[in-house]
Amino acid sequence: MSDTDRKNNAKPLSRKKRLYPIIFTCAFFALLFVGMLSYTCYYAYSNRMELINNSYNGRQQILLAQNTRGNIYSADGDLLATTITDSEGNEVRNYPYEKEFAHIVGYSTNGRAGIEALANYYLINTSIDLAEKVTLDAAGQKYPADNVYTTLDVNLQETAYKALAAYQGAIVVSDPKTGEILAMVSKPDFDPNNIESEWSSLVSSSSNTQLLNRATQGLYPPGSTFKIVTALEYIKENPDTYKNYSFTCTGKFTVLEDSISCYHGTNHGTVDLYSSFAKSCNSSFANIGMGLDKTSFAKLLDTLMFNSELPLKLNYSKSYASCTEDISNADMMQLSIGQGTTSITPMHLNMITCAIANDGVLMKPYVISEVKSADGKTVESFGSSEYKRLMSEEEADILTELMEGVVESGTATKLKGLSYTAAGKTGSAEFNSDSDSHAWFTGFAPADDPEICVTIIIENAGSGGEYAVPVAKRIFDAYFGV
Amino acid sequence: MELYVTELSKYIIACIMLIYTVQSFLVFRYRSEKKRSGIYLRQSVFMFLLQIACLVQIVAATGNIKYLLFGAFQIIIIFAILIMYNIIYPEGNRLIINNMCLLLMVGMVMLTRLNYDKAVKQFIIALASIVIGLFIPELIFRFDVLRNFKWIYALGGVFALGIVLILGSVTNGSKITYTLIGITFQPSEFVKILFIFFLAAALYQDQSIKNLFLVSVISAAHVIVLVLSKDLGSALIFFVVFTFVIFIATRNIMYFLICFAIGGVSSLSAYKMFSHVQARVSAWLDPWSQIDSSGYQITQSLFGISSGGWFGLGLFGGTPTTIPFVEADFIFSAIAEELGIIFACLMTLVCVSTFFMIMSEAFHLRDNFYRLIAVGIGVTYIFQVFLTIGGGTKFIPLTGVTLPLVSYGGTSVLTTIMMFSIIEGLCMIRQDEHYEAIERRKRRESRQEELENVRYR
Repeated sequence: MSDTDRKNNAKPLSRKKRLYPIIFTCAFFALLFVGMLSYTCYYAYSNRMELINNSYNGRQQILLAQNTRGNIYSADGDLLATTITDSEGNEVRNYPYEKEFAHIVGYSTNGRAGIEALANYYLINTSIDLAEKVTLDAAGQKYPADNVYTTLDVNLQETAYKALAAYQGAIVVSDPKTGEILAMVSKPDFDPNNIESEWSSLVSSSSNTQLLNRATQGLYPPGSTFKIVTALEYIKENPDTYKNYSFTCTGKFTVLEDSISCYHGTNHGTVDLYSSFAKSCNSSFANIGMGLDKTSFAKLLDTLMFNSELPLKLNYSKSYASCTEDISNADMMQLSIGQGTTSITPMHLNMITCAIANDGVLMKPYVISEVKSADGKTVESFGSSEYKRLMSEEEADILTELMEGVVESGTATKLKGLSYTAAGKTGSAEFNSDSDSHAWFTGFAPADDPEICVTIIIENAGSGGEYAVPVAKRIFDAYFGV
Repeated sequence: MELYVTELSKYIIACIMLIYTVQSFLVFRYRSEKKRSGIYLRQSVFMFLLQIACLVQIVAATGNIKYLLFGAFQIIIIFAILIMYNIIYPEGNRLIINNMCLLLMVGMVMLTRLNYDKAVKQFIIALASIVIGLFIPELIFRFDVLRNFKWIYALGGVFALGIVLILGSVTNGSKITYTLIGITFQPSEFVKILFIFFLAAALYQDQSIKNLFLVSVISAAHVIVLVLSKDLGSALIFFVVFTFVIFIATRNIMYFLICFAIGGVSSLSAYKMFSHVQARVSAWLDPWSQIDSSGYQITQSLFGISSGGWFGLGLFGGTPTTIPFVEADFIFSAIAEELGIIFACLMTLVCVSTFFMIMSEAFHLRDNFYRLIAVGIGVTYIFQVFLTIGGGTKFIPLTGVTLPLVSYGGTSVLTTIMMFSIIEGLCMIRQDEHYEAIERRKRRESRQEELENVRYR
């Protein structure tokens, strides 16, 4: 600016006045545009996977026409899903392990499920080098899309699959220190290789639940496994005196006209908290439940993620447990022993167990560890991350002790005296008035430094100690190589 | 081979656009057009490089030579325009001309890809508009009397809008067009210019409360007619222009805040009163739950923006045609999908730099009438850009206005080119003011010298 301008604006004040509204207008719009463009970039980038997976988005067809769907591998590099192209260029999705990984790996035709759905974005995009693309182009071939490496352990998965045998139910195996999902089985199952030909029968009636992943979507009454929660609340409320707890079991506990019976009416005699837990005494836990602070219990249910979202990317159902101020005596007693309207998914119970095994901290469960391009470059890798603390380290220690007692002298003695020390809790959840029950077990090993956490439900089998614990033993044995 | 071309050209296109955009902001470092001329030259070069890169990509993807011919023709014409402006109006602002040409060019590339016939039609309209536009700066410069016709502007504007309301054909639920001798017009576009002239003419001298009230009543008449025509996008633009022109004419932030409050209340009542406004808002808040009905457009637009990634899928590499009205309302999404989000954002920044330049002209103009015109045009332009891009990216509810110069739409292109030409005229006026000032100073100085000489004697 020259002297000219300054002189012509003889009154500097009026110039400044003139200056400010225009500058203001410029700044106003500059901010507006910065905000808009940042929002646009952020939205487009952070939602790119959900957007491409949306069934209204025709763009994935372009990618599918251009790239061959990528492979899915287990943690040690075994092929779990691949695409086979025949000489005429027809593509067929192949699952070498057939039914064994059906629910967790999922399928990609007739909709998508499991890892096929979760990692769809990676499985249809390619990150190979341009030079390689050019070579493939010249040969008239499609590009190989990126491959997905999972945390799944074939050995554990096969063991769990075989252990569940012909029963209906679900098994979740995970590493409590990292959140890695090592195995996930759900039965009844299906063969993903035949998903197209069997589709109409799979979805023919609502009673056919082969496609349902019971591990994450099956809601079951938790039964005695819920005593972990009740015990935790009792310990929270009586941190110094919980050891002095005593109760005399007569096989039945009655408040006014409502009563709770022990499994098969067993009379447990005089019990403390430790033996109540180990022997899974319903009467004692109904008694504990009646004395609990309801507000504080409701808060604990929130912390333990009942009635709310889980940090899980697979499709899942929300567990349900309700403790209100005006809860009836009958409902409160039912809640304390995990019966009544209370329901939980095996995955959720596994997460709570993992938190106990990991000093109270829940690691985010995950199943995809790495995405690599077909020529071996790492595209993205996913590590373990802490989700949140569900209980204090002390509380986790006490619960571990209680769960060791179950193995030592309670309902899970089938795990006693092995080369590893296990800890856990059984459950025999009644689901009808004929007192038929689902067999539960949730636990981990080794108890002092947990490496593996197992949750099992076997539908309509009988007691947890009788049916679920041996399954856990087979999985632990497979893991520790005994 | 084609693959190398399409893949590499993605990065080259983004790079060229980046350089161009940086240049269009570097311009502001210098005060005089003379010092800026180096930047302008570079801009023109990169503009043509961009066009060529896009053409190469199109030809590599389609193998169709007709695009090449059309593109070459465009390059020649735009080159001619740049030269012509330089010769006829050496004192004009070349950033605005360059940006105008660049945006037209990007629009042409995208339209060529989306719908060749529409692209040709658009090109002819743009060409005719530029020819018309060449006369405008001179007219603005010559006819100082333009400031005396505020009532003509007001009546003309309300009348033109009123006719559309009564006679207009219904397009997409809004009465916004009418057809005259076979050509469909969207008069609200032209009325924008009349409205700006009205505001400037009515406010450049008299900022008394009484006059402000009168201006508000007439402005409200415009807005109400537009609302009744269900052309909410235009109604909003008129209102925002009114707000900013009042603010800059009075230099009083209170008026700005009052207008803002009134705008908020009226938007709310419009929301309560009109079901189509409610539909727009609910499609904005949660398009996913109504993805097959009122949320379809916006979700398809988001799919497009997101699937392109930073560098786009390449021209003819995506499927932007799945977005309804993509050529007009969602051109930004199509650009983001095929040329990349980076490119789309840079293009938006070019629009912002154009706005800054218009405001800078307003800032340096001494004549209040012309300054208010510049402000009115600047705000109209940038707010329209905001409405289109914000609507297509789910930043704000969809209003269905076009992206000036880039979208398909004859009236919109013509109006925008006319507005930019008016700015060129204002540029000449500013420089004239500048020379006059220098003259005055010289005269004063020589008088002073004489006086001093007298004293020494």
